[in-house]
Amino acid sequence: MSNTQDESPKGSTENAAPPGHQVGSVGRICRALSERTVTALIFLCGVSAIIFVFSIFYFVFREGYPFIRDSLDLKGFFLSEEWYPTSETNKRYGILALLAGSASVTLVATLVAGPFGLGCAIFISQFCDGKFRETLKILVELLAAIPSVVWGFIGLAVMNPLIIRFAEVPIGLCVLNAGVIVGLMCVPITVSIAEDAIRAVPDTYLEAAEAMGATRWQTIHRVILPAAKSGLLAAVLLGVARAVGETMAVLMCTGHTINIPFDGRLPFLHVFESVRTLTATIAAELGEVPRLDPLPDGNYPVEARHWQVLFVLGIVLFAITFLINLIADLIVKGIRKKA
Amino acid sequence: MNAPSTDEPAALFTAGPLTRRKLRTQRLAGAVFGGMSVIILAPLFALIGYLVVRAWPALTWEFLTGLPEKGMRAGGIWPALIGTLYLVFFSLVLSAPVGVFAGIYLNEYARDNWFTRIVNLAVVNLAGVPSIVYALFGVGAFVIFADLGKCIVSASLTIAIMTLPAYIVATKEALNAVPHSFRVACWNLGASKWQTIRTMVLPNSISGILTPMILDACRTAGETAPVMFTGAVFYKAIEAGELLLYSPMEQCMALSYHLFTISTQVPGVPDEMLYATAVVLLAFVLCFNSFAIVLRTYMRGKKKW
Repeated sequence: MSNTQDESPKGSTENAAPPGHQVGSVGRICRALSERTVTALIFLCGVSAIIFVFSIFYFVFREGYPFIRDSLDLKGFFLSEEWYPTSETNKRYGILALLAGSASVTLVATLVAGPFGLGCAIFISQFCDGKFRETLKILVELLAAIPSVVWGFIGLAVMNPLIIRFAEVPIGLCVLNAGVIVGLMCVPITVSIAEDAIRAVPDTYLEAAEAMGATRWQTIHRVILPAAKSGLLAAVLLGVARAVGETMAVLMCTGHTINIPFDGRLPFLHVFESVRTLTATIAAELGEVPRLDPLPDGNYPVEARHWQVLFVLGIVLFAITFLINLIADLIVKGIRKKA
Repeated sequence: MNAPSTDEPAALFTAGPLTRRKLRTQRLAGAVFGGMSVIILAPLFALIGYLVVRAWPALTWEFLTGLPEKGMRAGGIWPALIGTLYLVFFSLVLSAPVGVFAGIYLNEYARDNWFTRIVNLAVVNLAGVPSIVYALFGVGAFVIFADLGKCIVSASLTIAIMTLPAYIVATKEALNAVPHSFRVACWNLGASKWQTIRTMVLPNSISGILTPMILDACRTAGETAPVMFTGAVFYKAIEAGELLLYSPMEQCMALSYHLFTISTQVPGVPDEMLYATAVVLLAFVLCFNSFAIVLRTYMRGKKKW
């Protein structure tokens, strides 16, 4: 639109005799118009994030809605471990085992990524400087660049035989394998957020500590850690959110068996058992399930439920990660308000 | 050690037992945290080295430019490699302009009010949505609702929306690094807001915008979950060595999905082929990454303010 406006006045001014004033006013209108177009475009792109968040929810919900409307029984859905969506006689959709699988992998991953990520962040920000620090940061960045399917392959080809050999279990595709792999995947995000949090501690605090004669370790554990506490918590939480949503690596490393690895016996979480997670279930089954149209009377055939329930799993996953991210965001905001 | 401690003025400068203990704790802490970092970062080298060593026999030019044969158990990965390039290119073209404009909006136009906070929250949450949910969204929105079917466009759109928050955040930070005085000077010359951005802010932040863009774009090469239901196929026959293989409305093979299928779905694929595919994917991502990092270091050195 602004283009055509640009062209025509130029042609007319060449023919018209008095240049100057005429061009100025037309030019000004053009400029105002293009300015307004660009501003509108920029605004539109600016709010695109909101549009996309809603459309993600809308389109996932749209596919899953018939299931929620017709056959969602909350108790059976969340509290039953019977996931038999393809059973001929009695299809059951209980996601308790899938939730437990996701939780167990996330727990192990957090135990890896939390302490090690925070330790690495402290080391990078407090014990290194100059070139060495830059190098370490670049290495962490490269760690983040390894694709999740390559991590999955590493779990399959490297971790699996190692676990079989050293733990003397028949199958190495288990909670431990996936947890360690996902933990390594979450380390970079934990490190970078934790490092930001540590850097946000006001310099005056550090100067005061130094003036008091505190050693670096004393400064870290008496000044920096308390001051950056909530930022570090947010770093761990964002790692957790990433672990919950991780798909390909988990699909390849968990063994993909419906199983609840928690029970009352010590050590409560059995890391050498195979599990199956929410994400992996969607990834493994979506490709094999047909999407069926409703029957003429508007109801869906029973076979259509399987496709729909996978989208409901997506909603559950979306809700979990949304909640974790929201909490992490609130924590970060909380620090900013205080500082 | 002994001689100066008898000397009185020097004794003032030797560490007392308390200080020595404190220093020992500090050294211990440094060693522990350093050790943790090593445990995290050492696998990076160990794994890459191991993968390359195992993949070495299969890493040939024929492997890169050949077609898969015998049901993926022999031959090369050319169609998958090109498919990945297509996906990266299309998704970059689709999302980079939107990301840059959104970044401009958030840094230059948005006021500090509730609406901006919601936009920022949306960006954060968009970044946190799991990749498999993006896959579901891509299936629901592009494959089914927009009726594009499984094709390169659907897959690229899905990845594009997935990488959008990264572009937005990168642009925002790059623009934020341009000193405010530059803008004020420009406004004082009578330039409008958009003119200021176009002629002053963007040229001064272009390296800060471009390098993270390269980093995130090459990361999309590794995305598997979002493309496996929106455009990637197990096998697609094409001519070996040809470059323009796919039309945007076709399905394509993708390196990441190829690695997934041959390592989990196809029995009897030779080990070195699996390793070689993983190494090629890894090299694809890491090469672009290193290039972006070198570019960033170089640009930082050239910064004028």
